[in-house]
Amino acid sequence: MIGSPFILKEHNTVLFTMIKVMAALIPGTLAYAWFFGPGIWISLIWCGLLGIGFEALALLIRGRPMKPALSDGSVLLTAWLLALSVPTLAPWWLYLTGMFFAVVVAKHLYGGLGQNLFNPAMVGYCVLIVSFPVYMTQWAAPVTLATYVPNLADAFNLVFIGGNITPDAYTSATVLDTVKTVVRGGHTVTDALVQPIHGLIAGKGMELVAVMYLFGGIFLIVNRLVTWHIPVAFLAGIALTAGALQMLDPTHNAGPLFHLLAGGSMLGAFFIATDPVTACTTPRGKLIFAGAAGFLTVIIRTFGGYPDGVAFSILIMNCAAPFIDAYTQPRVFGHAQGGKAAK
Amino acid sequence: MISAVVVMAAIGLVLGAVLGWAELYFKVAGDPLADKINDVLPQTQCGQCGFAGCRPYAEAMAKGEADINRCPPGGEAGIQKLADLLGVEPKPFGEGVAPKPKSVAVIDENTCIGCTLCIQACPVDAIVGASKQLHVIVADLCTGCELCIAPCPVDCIHMEVVHETVNNWKWRYPVIPIQQERQTA
Amino acid sequence: MSGRVYPIPGGLHPAEHKIESSAAPILTAPLSERYVVPLRQHIGQPARVLVHAGDTVLKGQMIGTPDGRISAAVHAPTSGRVVAVEPRPVPHPSGLPDLCVVIESDGQDAAVEMRPIAWRDMPPGELHKRLSRMGLAGQGGAVFPSHVKLAPGATPIETLILNGAECEPWITCDDRLMRERAEAVMLGAEIMRHTLGAKRILVGIEDNKPEAAQAMAAACTPYQAEVVVVPTRYPSGGAKQLTQLLTGLETPSGKLSPDIGIQVFNVATAYALQRAVELGEPMLSRVVTITGHVREPRNIEARLGTPIEELIRLAGGELDHATGQIVGGPMMGFDLQDTASPLIKSVNCIITKSDALFPPHPLPMPCIRCGQCALACPAQLQPFELYWHAKSKNFDRARAYKLFDCIECGCCSHVCPSHIPLVDYYRFAKSEIAAADRAKQAAEIARERHEFQMFRQEREKQEKAERLGKKASERLETGAVAADDPEAARKKAILEAAIERAKQAKENVQPKNTENLAAEQLRQIDEIEARRQAAEDRQDAERQA
Repeated sequence: MIGSPFILKEHNTVLFTMIKVMAALIPGTLAYAWFFGPGIWISLIWCGLLGIGFEALALLIRGRPMKPALSDGSVLLTAWLLALSVPTLAPWWLYLTGMFFAVVVAKHLYGGLGQNLFNPAMVGYCVLIVSFPVYMTQWAAPVTLATYVPNLADAFNLVFIGGNITPDAYTSATVLDTVKTVVRGGHTVTDALVQPIHGLIAGKGMELVAVMYLFGGIFLIVNRLVTWHIPVAFLAGIALTAGALQMLDPTHNAGPLFHLLAGGSMLGAFFIATDPVTACTTPRGKLIFAGAAGFLTVIIRTFGGYPDGVAFSILIMNCAAPFIDAYTQPRVFGHAQGGKAAK
Repeated sequence: MISAVVVMAAIGLVLGAVLGWAELYFKVAGDPLADKINDVLPQTQCGQCGFAGCRPYAEAMAKGEADINRCPPGGEAGIQKLADLLGVEPKPFGEGVAPKPKSVAVIDENTCIGCTLCIQACPVDAIVGASKQLHVIVADLCTGCELCIAPCPVDCIHMEVVHETVNNWKWRYPVIPIQQERQTA
Repeated sequence: MSGRVYPIPGGLHPAEHKIESSAAPILTAPLSERYVVPLRQHIGQPARVLVHAGDTVLKGQMIGTPDGRISAAVHAPTSGRVVAVEPRPVPHPSGLPDLCVVIESDGQDAAVEMRPIAWRDMPPGELHKRLSRMGLAGQGGAVFPSHVKLAPGATPIETLILNGAECEPWITCDDRLMRERAEAVMLGAEIMRHTLGAKRILVGIEDNKPEAAQAMAAACTPYQAEVVVVPTRYPSGGAKQLTQLLTGLETPSGKLSPDIGIQVFNVATAYALQRAVELGEPMLSRVVTITGHVREPRNIEARLGTPIEELIRLAGGELDHATGQIVGGPMMGFDLQDTASPLIKSVNCIITKSDALFPPHPLPMPCIRCGQCALACPAQLQPFELYWHAKSKNFDRARAYKLFDCIECGCCSHVCPSHIPLVDYYRFAKSEIAAADRAKQAAEIARERHEFQMFRQEREKQEKAERLGKKASERLETGAVAADDPEAARKKAILEAAIERAKQAKENVQPKNTENLAAEQLRQIDEIEARRQAAEDRQDAERQA
């Protein structure tokens, strides 16, 4: 017996929410396919199938009803985000490993949808980058730079069968990787930014994909699926930290614009840090959470061992989210700031 | 060597003095643990625990002389609270001890002979009456301890379960028809 | 005509469904054959019944008297015979029966003498006393006894707010009342203002009721009153919400608007008050919206106690495939368990459901903490946190997250993409906490009484010993007993004391253990005493026979 209210908002389901978020990913994904070849479609579909498979398996083992959980669309969003975070044209078992850790370990071992402490896609990504760093740095090269651009059938073969073509023909390091290698090699950051992988501001092609993510993110904010707090604070955290580091040491540090458009900054700001299950939920908490994640991202990029820091910084802040929430509860109607009853 | 001994002894003396002072300064009258336990007990004063009321049972528990599963009126929730308070594992009720639904005693007005025995037995003075006059129980004050039943020489007292009314009705825990979905899935 | 409107947080705008019932004028229900009048139609103590089965009553005769400070009288809706005083189904979310007076109408509709109250020349205290016997209770939903709200409080009332917002979908009874009887409503409001000593009246009406706003603005002219049109946004009609909309003031948590110098009344309450003062008629009827899946949705002015099934018949009856009724609006109402239940003071709307209008609740999904509920919450709570703690029965945490500031408006449940019945969890948690508090209080009283009893027994024992000792020594001194036989003296003293005790016990016919009791319990004891006396008389008579 369920009581009032007897009317619910129409067209308002978890599935619909997920579909809208995925719709916001379409421009970025199309741009990705345009600049880096059709390999993304293979990893996208493969990750999606793996996601559904692992979700069904986990539900079966947990003895939970299949239909509602599978039809909420959340696992497809996780798969999509992982596919965009892992290099395309990598062997099939890399995606399988990533999706296993994302869906089974990060999501279902914590109790399924809504219960997970960590963002599932980022857990999958981090397991892969820690375990298989070589594969995880072989990104598909921009089509304009590649000596070999596989078509859809070739991409399928590369992923599932492997080939005798050396990966150097169709992959390259990312621009963040390049900067890191060059600066570690004792050169200045300017030396890195003249490499062919560098485009106008950041990675060739990737910078425009990032702009497309930004457009998708604005769509999310306009549709009130996410509030402005997390994206703005995350990007501000990145820009301010990058700006400060550049001022301190301009020869070895790239500027704020570079950091905003390189790597996973935009994807992280609008689609990963905003995951409501694992992020902070209070307005002030969101600002602290995302600002700190942005700060950590640049710190890891600059001083850490891995080229990109988005995934690690978000996972670190995921740990702190419940704590931050508890101390940033907003003022309740009729109460003075700080929780005491108003006079 | 000697200086070390002296220093250690001095530290020991100072700390000992601090401890002694704290003992006096922060001394709490009474037994705070027994008070806390007593607050958790339902105060039915029924003696089903084997003690002469809630307070003695609380004191026994505070001393660790009594188990936490001897208060049927407190129910499972009461055991849970006691377990939380005392930092022990909750225990199920023992043999023959089980919580009953909340009841109040009722005197049959046609049988009562006015002997005052039940008035003396009532631990919370919830029975009104005097010698050779009918006794009646004030339902709002009755804790349902059943102590008045045994003394009655004419067996005119019985327990009546308190039924749910508009006044004491509670909203139920939301039940979500998940079983149904499992069948269709 | 429109004053300033201040912003309020949260809220939403569901489909209004007002035109269905707002087009037709108010229909006056014909006399029923039978009325079922519950004694609990308001918040607080139920009225104490004054009639027995077999009594004849007149229209307007008081059949239940207010019992305690927060209580309201109940009156016979028509003349006739009381056929029963027993528990009957009532409109209550529990579906449990409650004590009702069942009156069979004699068709005469003969009324007791009703005299208007000359309120203009009356000191406010006096008027308030007269109104306490009129059975007025707020008709907006909270049904708080009106005379209590009109009593002078600690804070002087600056502003009287008349609530004509009617923000819930489907309901139009206030709308029709304002359109058709604006002058009577405003006169009622003026009487309230006079009684409270308020400086001004603000009438809050949502902008989806332009006709009502116009009629009320015209009726405002003779008074210090102003209509403020507020945007249509649920729950603008909540007392705290309307207060903030019209004055910008936030009612502090745990307090009521009078504490900040504002009193809020529903327009229908003002209308009932006007009838009580100008005609001397206690609250006997109200306007109720009968809408939803019925043939002719409309507003009906019906006497309290009219069976709801009869009201549905007056609205043309249910259409095919009706699936039950909602009492109140779709956001805060509850399912009606039995259509034989009567119309009572709190019922402003009866919506007949159908699967098309009110689809069955979809299966709830896990909470994804999306925060839509927090955006919609007018109390600025974090509903998903409250849900978490209420669901896991972690009531202390729920309270710490300000569960009791929730007004149960239903906005959070409405916008939840996971279709979680959030408000159901809050209602559950609130009533569990309230029950636990009650149990705690009862335990506290029991403990005090037990400790007092032990203290008393100890004291009596001591007194007895003292008396005994004194008597014995007196005897010894007077030499009534041979001084060389202390054993005999002791025995004699004990005997003496026993006789004394018996004598005293005989005198003690009055019960001695009724000290420290609340008025309610003393009353209960009085009743019991009366019953006991009756039983004793009966026994005596039997013995003599």
